[in-house]
Amino acid sequence: MYRYIIKRLLLMIPVIIGVSFLIFVIMDMAPGDAVDLLAPEGATAEDLDVIRHELGLDQPVVVRYVKYMGGMLHGDLGISYVSKTDVFDTYIQKLPATITLSFASILVSVLLSVPLGIYAATRHGSIQDNISMILAMIGLSMPNFWLGLLLIIAFSLKLGWFPSGGDQTLSSLVLPAITIGTGLMATLTRTTRSSMLDVLKQEYLRTARAKGVPEKIVVTSHALRNALIPIITIIGTQLAGVLGGSVLTETVFAWPGVGRLIVDSLNMRDTPLVTGSIIMTTILLSIILLLVDLLYAAVDPRIKAQYITKKGRKKNGK
Amino acid sequence: MANKTDKTAPREARSQIAEVWHQFRRNKGAMVGSVIVLLIVFIALFADVFLDYDTQVVGQNLADRLQWPSANHWFGTDELGRDIFFRVLYGARFSCSVGLVAVTIGLLIGVTLGAIAGFYGGVTEEVIMRSTDILSAVPNMLLAIVIVSVLGQSIWNLMLAVGITSVPQFVRITRAAVLTVRNQEYVEASKAIGLTNRKIIFKHILPNCLSPIIVQATLRVASAIISASSLSFLGLGVPAPSPEWGALLSGGRKYIRDYSYMTLFPGLAIMITVLALNMMGDGLRDSLDPKLKK
Amino acid sequence: MAVEKDTVLEVENLNVKFVLEEETVEAVNGVSLHIKKGETLGLVGETGAGKTTTALSILRLIDSPPGELTCDKLEVCGKDVLHMTTPELEHIRGSLVSMIFQDPMTSLNPVFTVGQQIAESLELHENLTKSQAWEKAEEMLELVGIPKERAIEYPHQFSGGMKQRVIIAIALACSPQLLIADEPTTALDVTIQAQILHLMRELKEKKNTSMILITHDLGIVAETCDRVAVMYAGKIIEEGNLDEVFNHTIHPYTEGLFNSLPNIKNRRSKLQPIHGLMPDPTNLPKGCAFAPRCNYATDACRERSPQMTEFGGTHRAACLAYENPGFHIERGKKNG
Repeated sequence: MYRYIIKRLLLMIPVIIGVSFLIFVIMDMAPGDAVDLLAPEGATAEDLDVIRHELGLDQPVVVRYVKYMGGMLHGDLGISYVSKTDVFDTYIQKLPATITLSFASILVSVLLSVPLGIYAATRHGSIQDNISMILAMIGLSMPNFWLGLLLIIAFSLKLGWFPSGGDQTLSSLVLPAITIGTGLMATLTRTTRSSMLDVLKQEYLRTARAKGVPEKIVVTSHALRNALIPIITIIGTQLAGVLGGSVLTETVFAWPGVGRLIVDSLNMRDTPLVTGSIIMTTILLSIILLLVDLLYAAVDPRIKAQYITKKGRKKNGK
Repeated sequence: MANKTDKTAPREARSQIAEVWHQFRRNKGAMVGSVIVLLIVFIALFADVFLDYDTQVVGQNLADRLQWPSANHWFGTDELGRDIFFRVLYGARFSCSVGLVAVTIGLLIGVTLGAIAGFYGGVTEEVIMRSTDILSAVPNMLLAIVIVSVLGQSIWNLMLAVGITSVPQFVRITRAAVLTVRNQEYVEASKAIGLTNRKIIFKHILPNCLSPIIVQATLRVASAIISASSLSFLGLGVPAPSPEWGALLSGGRKYIRDYSYMTLFPGLAIMITVLALNMMGDGLRDSLDPKLKK
Repeated sequence: MAVEKDTVLEVENLNVKFVLEEETVEAVNGVSLHIKKGETLGLVGETGAGKTTTALSILRLIDSPPGELTCDKLEVCGKDVLHMTTPELEHIRGSLVSMIFQDPMTSLNPVFTVGQQIAESLELHENLTKSQAWEKAEEMLELVGIPKERAIEYPHQFSGGMKQRVIIAIALACSPQLLIADEPTTALDVTIQAQILHLMRELKEKKNTSMILITHDLGIVAETCDRVAVMYAGKIIEEGNLDEVFNHTIHPYTEGLFNSLPNIKNRRSKLQPIHGLMPDPTNLPKGCAFAPRCNYATDACRERSPQMTEFGGTHRAACLAYENPGFHIERGKKNG
């Protein structure tokens, strides 16, 4: 089992290198560079060149990238052009806000989607099933920033129940979490439903009924435990997606998270901050996806068996 | 032998298409979705015939500014007195064009790479798949934002950015489909009669991978439209005064307190378009799946 | 008639229809069964004859739309199953009557250990604590020839034959009066088949369990069953004890089944399959369902539906050709 984990971690490294190189190079293509922002007023072109040389900004991209990589290994992602603070520290500071929002959104989504999906599956083909699926589709088709704006209009401006700003109190978490959660809900409901439908066709449920297991337990225990396996992995993938894509909701609700950090620093041409944040986010995502795969193995005994070492297999097989 | 195959193939293909169409028609949601999509495409194509761009779409009329929806202005007017209904109609052009072009870019690049990876295997496949992994490791929205802000704000850069984020899915789907088909016997037969690899790929393998690609393309247009409007909302999309739907929402946001109607209609337009495309794509997926007969 | 206490199963005039959108499948048409304590009945027939549907009906496991079950009598050990409520049914399933199914590969839940799956039955019906149930589950595993240390393992860790043993362990855990085995060895290798049949015979004798063994293999019937019932197109067309049906065969279809078996003693003889196909259960012919394929069919056969008639002892068959007193099928003509 451990060998598998280590193998996956090692495979992550080329991906991280690839991503960081990609972002670094793209950002480098932007017109203008740090010197234009950093140089004092009234500097001449020659002065700028001197500064450039001092900062090493006139060296080729690859060389600068390697230097950057070296810094990365020490947790040094550079200094923000604008605020002069350490990029890594700034990112870590903003991260909890995004994590809170992500978890809250997932919670909203799961609490609503899983029961709805099970409900639709057990009434396959009925009107309730069709309505649920249409609602799910609508949720999927709404741009989430629009939903956010509508929620603000309805619940913040007209009804005054929730604030529209992100001051990170519990009540200000509600609207943004619902905004993101609704988009997630659509996919999750559909996944739950199709997973349940697949499982409900299985023969082992007939065995359970022939044993006299009450129907409710057949569905909630025998069937659901199997259906949950792909559902859990989808939830994990969604978590990763939210962490990476919370940009819009954070903008609409002025939520001080990592997404807004990236957009704001892009607008201010703060290259180190943008590059560092995106790389950090990507690393975070890769780790989460690895955890999701491990979770999948932990929950499904058949997958787990594939990762047991030879020694273990000899003990079990007869 | 090859001639015989050619003769029977078109006949089979016709009846296959007829079968798919028959299944598709039975899906009411898909049919409604398709009609709506056609309607929106129609609007996009003929908007500049029916509307005069300078006066009706971008022409300012400050006397009429910030009016709620009325008989004169069905969706109301914005802060510069422009009729929102006309702007939303015209905005269909941007959504449709960005959606189509972006997905075409993604499809052309992705399918080619996926086919090459699936067909040749080995190191080529590894390189292509690892590159795809790297590209998809970056969250879509972030990648698109970066590309647009670096290359500058224009509709072409928007299409490029959204197109690039669509590539990985096409690569994966094509490669998987090619792998399934590659091992079938008629490919062996084609090789035996000496067809070049390129011919094998294009003539025999790709036509059989069409179904998942078509479904994916339809669904990707939907998500491309959302991505494009998201980027425009952030101010990174089509530059003002173009009435792209996301940009309209962004503009309306400043007046959300007292003029909430401005945020209703453009968003509704996005939602309806995307919903229609999703239902169409779902219908295609169901009718192209051989396992779901009857 | 046997003493009431001795009768484990009584089914009279069972009919099962499946009402679909465009057609109605008449799966079971007037089947009656009587099984005594300790008796093993072989239910024989080709695929589609209605054997599995009949078996599922006994436990009322037929999906109610689209299935419609009607019956004059359905009693297990004197209890009226036909009118039982769902909780009552859940009470007798697995405890009074157990059923095992054809494909061991898909019959076990992959996310529960085999021990848990056996213990569940015990916890439901025998009022044991979790640990008591687990102990008994381990005993059951040993009984079917699996070391009890393997109770914590998952189904995918077992071979097909061993999975079937686990399924037998689950079915017999609560010592049911009646075991219904639906083609329990069809999906297994021949050598494993023999083992499983041997195991079932042993356990059956130990606990004096009655059994309905559904199969299409006459060889298995000869080895394990006391009585035979042959099904065709949803009806039982011949039944009796082994000697009666095997050596004094009456019905032309049964004769056809025996003739279809390759004759190992006479290598030169040709296989004699029954020509034609079983009728479409959505469109059964008027008269005898076998008539279109029968070499002995008379006009009466095509007009009227034959009823079961006595042929001596416990032997009964439904064939109108015997209305002609001199008639007998080829097989067993000399033995008379």
